[in-house]
Amino acid sequence: MSLTVAYFALATGIVVWLILVRKLSARSWEAGPVATVDLDEPRWPAKRVGLWIFLAVITSLFGLFVSAYYMRLNGHHESGPATDWVALNEPPVLWLNTLLLIAASVAMQAARKSVQGGNVAGSFKGLLVGGLLTLAFLGGQLYAWALVRNSEFFSPLNPAVAFFYLLTAVHGLHLLGGLYVWGRTLARMRRENVEVIDVRLSVELCSVYWHFLLLVWLGLFAVMLST
Amino acid sequence: MAFVAIADRDHEHALHDPETFIRKYIWSQDHKVIAIQYALVAIGIGLVALVMSVLMRLQLGFPDTFSLIAPHDYYQYITMHGMIMVIYLLTALFLGGFGNYLIPLMCGSRDMVFPYMNMLSFWFYLLAVLVLVLGLFVPGGPTGAGWTLYPPQAIAPGTPGHGWGIICMLASLGIFVVAFTMGGLNYVTTILQARCKGMTLMRMPLSVWGIFTATVLGLLAFPALFVSCVMMTLDHSLGTSFFMPAVAQMGGQTVHSGGSPLLFQHLFWFFGHPEVYIVALPAFGIVSDLLSTHARRNIFGYRMMVWAILAIGCLSFVVWAHHMYVSGMNPYFGFFFATTTLIIAVPTAIKVYNWVLTLWKGDIHLTVPMLFAIGFIFTFINGGLTGLFLGNVTVDVPLSGTYFVVAHFHMVMGVSPILVVFGAIYHWYPKITGRLLDDRLGRIHFWCTFIGTYSIYLPMHYLGILGVPRRYYAYSDAIDFISSNVHVANEWISISAVFVAATQLVFLFNLAWSIKAGRPSGPNPWRSTSLEWQTPDTPPKHGNWGKDLPVVYRWAYDYNVPGAPEDFVPQNVPPGDPRAGNSPEGRDHGVHH
Repeated sequence: MSLTVAYFALATGIVVWLILVRKLSARSWEAGPVATVDLDEPRWPAKRVGLWIFLAVITSLFGLFVSAYYMRLNGHHESGPATDWVALNEPPVLWLNTLLLIAASVAMQAARKSVQGGNVAGSFKGLLVGGLLTLAFLGGQLYAWALVRNSEFFSPLNPAVAFFYLLTAVHGLHLLGGLYVWGRTLARMRRENVEVIDVRLSVELCSVYWHFLLLVWLGLFAVMLST
Repeated sequence: MAFVAIADRDHEHALHDPETFIRKYIWSQDHKVIAIQYALVAIGIGLVALVMSVLMRLQLGFPDTFSLIAPHDYYQYITMHGMIMVIYLLTALFLGGFGNYLIPLMCGSRDMVFPYMNMLSFWFYLLAVLVLVLGLFVPGGPTGAGWTLYPPQAIAPGTPGHGWGIICMLASLGIFVVAFTMGGLNYVTTILQARCKGMTLMRMPLSVWGIFTATVLGLLAFPALFVSCVMMTLDHSLGTSFFMPAVAQMGGQTVHSGGSPLLFQHLFWFFGHPEVYIVALPAFGIVSDLLSTHARRNIFGYRMMVWAILAIGCLSFVVWAHHMYVSGMNPYFGFFFATTTLIIAVPTAIKVYNWVLTLWKGDIHLTVPMLFAIGFIFTFINGGLTGLFLGNVTVDVPLSGTYFVVAHFHMVMGVSPILVVFGAIYHWYPKITGRLLDDRLGRIHFWCTFIGTYSIYLPMHYLGILGVPRRYYAYSDAIDFISSNVHVANEWISISAVFVAATQLVFLFNLAWSIKAGRPSGPNPWRSTSLEWQTPDTPPKHGNWGKDLPVVYRWAYDYNVPGAPEDFVPQNVPPGDPRAGNSPEGRDHGVHH
């Protein structure tokens, strides 16, 4: 929980500072000219802002899951660490999966680079590879599930196992949501007369989302490995 | 600017006028229609919760006369009443209803930035409500775990609805969080990115500030509810032990072991306390606008009001464990959370002073919205003061299981926000329908509701100090310390509750009757400055602003500007315009004569 509190303190602090402090000195009761600082600046497209806000929501979600993980692991002050927690030997395939997701992120970045250079065909390839690697990652996660299912550790009563399934499932569902947008973007790129302007933002946002979910996975994997 | 071009294209898509009835009123992507859909569903389910509270009060007041409900019904109704009122009525109505209606109109935009997602948000909300209602019909009935759904009893045999009931509740909450997230992304992004020219952040009406901050709180806090719902569902259905400790019950050991009920409480209240402000902040914002408009006076200390909203928003994340003083957590935590709880009283008090100072020397029009707004100030001060008692650990411990707490939270986050809801409906109904609500019925509604709720909740404080425990189905003679005057008070409270509930029929009648028969209001009946009253059509048409978006030159509180011909200058009146008077620089620090 303390991790989450720290995150909120930081996030709200930065938001308040960046967005508001410089504007809160405005003497708004004085009627003034139309043009003001914030409206002259080029605005971010709404979709990009929306995605970043959504990433904040996801950060909160996973932050809370990880807080719950540590609180369940460490127990409470009277009783000491939880006695029913049997540490899990994470299946080695998770390392391979991690590499796949890193590669997917790299491919997404390549797609973004291509579309910024005006190369829709190249971007299509990058995006396609990125998505396929992600599907491979998800397949690998399912395989890891099967391995844990058949291991000696498996028991729903063991919180280490329960958290392993829960965290990987929630992360995987977020990737599936990303793949839905990925599919739509690919379909749009296959249309005739497609212009860069039609897909540029979607590709960019896909790449941001993939990088973010990679970071989330690295964080979750590190948490699970360290305990 | 390629990105801007893309954004512009999307905007054009959003403006295709819907042609069929279904696209216009059912699968609508228009923020105004979605707002009304949200509001109607919220009020509908709120009435269900109101009926439940009447049934509970009849049981408590006249246990021997009415035997309408059994003990398990009582717990189920208490749970449903609390959850519906907090989440499905107030949160949905303030953000899904007022947020949807007011944000684009007050910020001068044509619609929300993601209209399709906005529509989905409503349909997910409706689904959440339907799943919640489904809980009433499943075997075993809805959950009776109390609105906080504490494990282990929430999923342990012996609690009403521990089977399908709790599953319906958890699923419904999960769906609600998804719906809220889709809506919330829209509200925040629209406020940040789609304001019209000249509408700087510091020119936004306080309603928008309140809704904005509450939405940010919701986006960050609802995940905690989601996490706890998911984990409890797994404990219930798959036999995990996130929250469920080893319990012996019904003569045997359950499958669970080692789970932490306290972990659930932390997660729940990490959502639950910001939730108080998710409901309160929009109310704070809206009531500021009502007071300013109907007192014909600029809001006192606008900048301070914005700061206070933000400060309350930030602080609301570090006070959650004041709901857990009796949970057995580390006493040092109690010290920390008592301190933060008292600190949050500072920005809240600033707001109350500013509301009162807004009225001071104002040209107060005691219209129905104004009556509700002033009623809110009284009620909020009452509820806030008892919060100072309960925020202190040593005072809270003896009071926490009593009716004092029931009285406190109903005053501060039940009655106070609902008074603002009523005031806001009387205020904006003319914009939504083009007609005024009936004034006489409105006054009857106000006075009966206001006096009625006080006769319910003031005696409850007294009961609490006497030590009358909450959550009891009946107070039998076997409980020695319950004196006979408690029973008399309970009868009085119950009669008042039935009276207040019946009064709401007047309001519902007024809502329905005035759509056709109300007095036509014209575009701006309250002579208000903010943008939603300056639309070319009333009710506003799809796209809100006709051909050109408005341009804003001033804040939303130019009332009684010295030198101006009328006592209000709308936000879109440019300096130099005759309507702005001979004082193009605007008012001088709010001083007027």
